[in-house]
Amino acid sequence: MSPTASLLEVRQLRVEFPSRRANLLALDDISFDIAAGEILGVVGESGAGKSLTGASIIGLLDPPGRIAGGEIRLEGQRIDNLPYEQMRRIRGRRIGAIFQDPLTSLNPLYTVGQQLIETITAHLGLSHQQARRRAIELLQQTGIPAPEARIDQYPHQFSGGMRQRVVIALALAGEPKLIVADEPTTALDVSIQAQIIALLRRVCKEQGAAVMLVTHDMGVIAETCDRVAVMYAGRIVEIGPVRDVIHQPAHPYTVGLMGSIPAMDEDRERLLQIDGAMPRLNAIPAGCAFNPRCPRVVERCLRARPELMPAGGTHAACWLHAADEGRAA
Amino acid sequence: MSRNPNPQPQAAAPSAWRRFFDGDLWHSYRSSPMAILASVIALVCVVCAVFAEFVAPHNPFDLSTLELMDSRLPPAWIEGGSGKYLLGTDDQGRDILSALMYGARISLLVGLASVLLSMLIGVGLGLLAGFAGGRVDGFIMRVCDVMLSFPSILVALLIDGVGRALFPHAHETLAFLVLIFAIALTGWVQYARTVRGSTMVERNKEYVQAARVIGVGPLRIMFKHVLPNVLGPVLVLATIQVASAIITEATLSFLGVGVPPTSPSLGTLIRVGNDFLFSGEWWITIWPGAMLVLIALSVNLLGDWLRDALNPRLR
Amino acid sequence: MSTKPLLEVKDLAKTFDVSAPWLNRVVERKGRQFVHAVDGLSFSIAKGKTLALVGESGCGKSTVARLLVGLYEPTRGSVSFDGVDTAAKMDAAQRLALRRRMQMIFQDPYASLNPRWKVQDIVAEPLREHGLVRDVSELRERVAELLRSVGLAAVDSEKFPHQFSGGQRQRISIARALATQPEFLVCDEPTSALDVSVQAQVLNIMKDLQRQRGLTYLFISHNLAVVRHVSDQVGVMYLGRLVELADKVELFARPRHPYTRMLLDAIPDIHMSGRARTPVRGEVPNPLNPPSGCSFHPRCPLANERCRQERPTLTLFQGVQVACHAVQEGRA
Repeated sequence: MSPTASLLEVRQLRVEFPSRRANLLALDDISFDIAAGEILGVVGESGAGKSLTGASIIGLLDPPGRIAGGEIRLEGQRIDNLPYEQMRRIRGRRIGAIFQDPLTSLNPLYTVGQQLIETITAHLGLSHQQARRRAIELLQQTGIPAPEARIDQYPHQFSGGMRQRVVIALALAGEPKLIVADEPTTALDVSIQAQIIALLRRVCKEQGAAVMLVTHDMGVIAETCDRVAVMYAGRIVEIGPVRDVIHQPAHPYTVGLMGSIPAMDEDRERLLQIDGAMPRLNAIPAGCAFNPRCPRVVERCLRARPELMPAGGTHAACWLHAADEGRAA
Repeated sequence: MSRNPNPQPQAAAPSAWRRFFDGDLWHSYRSSPMAILASVIALVCVVCAVFAEFVAPHNPFDLSTLELMDSRLPPAWIEGGSGKYLLGTDDQGRDILSALMYGARISLLVGLASVLLSMLIGVGLGLLAGFAGGRVDGFIMRVCDVMLSFPSILVALLIDGVGRALFPHAHETLAFLVLIFAIALTGWVQYARTVRGSTMVERNKEYVQAARVIGVGPLRIMFKHVLPNVLGPVLVLATIQVASAIITEATLSFLGVGVPPTSPSLGTLIRVGNDFLFSGEWWITIWPGAMLVLIALSVNLLGDWLRDALNPRLR
Repeated sequence: MSTKPLLEVKDLAKTFDVSAPWLNRVVERKGRQFVHAVDGLSFSIAKGKTLALVGESGCGKSTVARLLVGLYEPTRGSVSFDGVDTAAKMDAAQRLALRRRMQMIFQDPYASLNPRWKVQDIVAEPLREHGLVRDVSELRERVAELLRSVGLAAVDSEKFPHQFSGGQRQRISIARALATQPEFLVCDEPTSALDVSVQAQVLNIMKDLQRQRGLTYLFISHNLAVVRHVSDQVGVMYLGRLVELADKVELFARPRHPYTRMLLDAIPDIHMSGRARTPVRGEVPNPLNPPSGCSFHPRCPLANERCRQERPTLTLFQGVQVACHAVQEGRA
């Protein structure tokens, strides 16, 4: 973890969903940092809590979900407990958001230009003329051909991939320091996906914005991110540089995950499968949440919940890597 | 080592009652005072109506029990009233309270029967339109549009009038059937449209396609696969339409073209009592009116609650 | 071994009429509009093998799936199953018998099971419909057996679909598809909506079942890595046409068509081998208005004048079927 002040610090974040039956804990003590200009991937399967993490940071948690504990600090300032108005100003200016469905991320009743200019004037205080120039610049940067003409078109006149580029432009319009992207390429064709992730990486590096990229697709992570956090049942089970997590995963879940992805360069008769499924929020096992499915479970896993601890090149929440366990990974 | 990777209590699936009481619907009901109040009131009305013979203190239609001496008595708490006739009597000595219960029975009967009939017509046509598509759908929708251009009372009057013209000395039951049919025809369009929309959505879902791939015939698919999935909004609609049907029947009876005079409904009672309003005997018309409002209101409130409870977005 | 393929498709085509309503057309003076969702497809699948159809959105692969199982009528062309033309006139009993042998698995595990039916009824429906099992207790036994064969428990038959996860629902779909003991399964993106680890479970089950029962699969997917894992032969589709059809090993080792190469290059490199890749250009054009000649020419680095004018046909080239002028001219 970087010792210099991080752009985003999340400490012991807990998100719960109070329902009439029980208090469901959806995020359980999540802690991580994102340094300025870094791209952190958050990967996990459905129900792991990765989208919730993004939503908590942007402040768009759907009720009855609420932050029940922990802190989120952006450039040293706490943002998880801000009133609505203040959060609204931060959103867009200092945090940009990209969501999965480009169809619903853009207002169909306004032109692309109107939406861009509105964001720019709201957050950067430029005049209309200046904002329009900036908007055309942004469209150019995100690879939209003939931006002077297309700026006055409506979202439905763009194709899926083009719309996602507009969404990226919109997210960058306020010149944010942090961008939270939730499954930005999942709804796109594979050839467009390649273009968009290349664009995202390039543009964010150019603007110096940090990115939190939430996705279930390990391939996208491999192409885009510097570091990656693997989530399971509301916890981070492994976090580290992308190369290390992919090539030398320390947590058995990450090992299983990497093994179940069919590879392009080798032929296997059977894919590695992790039996069972991620536990539902109301049935999370005691101790390590992964213990019923773990091929390397030990007695300690059933009793005590592991925290993130150093494991080779990464940090993993697994007792196998505990200093006092005496077992090598 | 065969560990269960998903340790969950392997209980057998709970019974339907258990599921119902555990479910969100029952919980929503329990936590809504309005729903409970409305359902209690509606239940009381229904019980009174169904068991009128046993619950009513008098039988207002048994001529032998009537005493002309007791006519036009005000309600019991007003000077001149008698404890024997709690809500007063009408010009022939009939106990208003008992007349209310018998009247409510007729009103509820006609209301429920017509809603059932219009549900059958509407859901059936809606399913057909949604499933068949093309010209059949177009035709049925045009019929709906035409029906909606007529005010419902006019339609009911028309059917009723035609019925009377065709069967001038009709049997009482036939008169009832014509009335029920007339009211049913005013209400089926709502069902047809709602069900058509839902059917078109469900028709494209993959479980319907899977059934077609298996080789299941279209009629079977329509009734066994699609119908159970489109009934939700129909239930809400039916609850709300019961109130509307009762009021329509009351209106028709008030106008004199509803139920036969030998079986007065609440509407008939209101009409009869209207004549005495200006001579100060307000109770003869007000109490049937109040009962009508009570029934319609409680059923409407129930319908509102049901609609919100079944709406997944509001949960 | 029989040399006659189990499934043979010749010049299959399906055109959808997406014209505006008549009144609109008259008032706005617009012509009729058609989408050639599938435009002349020919391939065959041998018994016990898996053919994968791969392509991006709008390429028509889902339409092909539905054409094969009879959910759509072909506009042109023929589908022959075990030598029998599926469009030929046959009586109800014969058609039912044909349906018994071909079944389908759908993409969305949440929409492919009727939410109001119990699993027991869902899996038993094909058995009931075809009259294969009449006795109620025998029906229960068969359903239990089918559930067990996909890794679920017999007691699961009493539950409703919403009580299961996506992967489990997909397994119920597979159990239902196998109820009539079909020989041919059309799988329309069966794992696209599933998480990676669940996908692994389902793919393993499908491969096991294929081995045990000698099933033939048509596997449709947009995920080339999955396709590489399950298929024997691969067909690449673009805007309703087959651009390349080859054995799996050959296609992935030596892709011929420029679009196949582009697709392979676009796949995220998860193992970060740092292989050289050509960047991807452009987007899939609007199927209402496909480009002239070879529909790929606007995005193709090798396009020439002939490509803009003349539509290439699928021809055999070095043991692989390719529809590309550049390949045939030796320019690729």
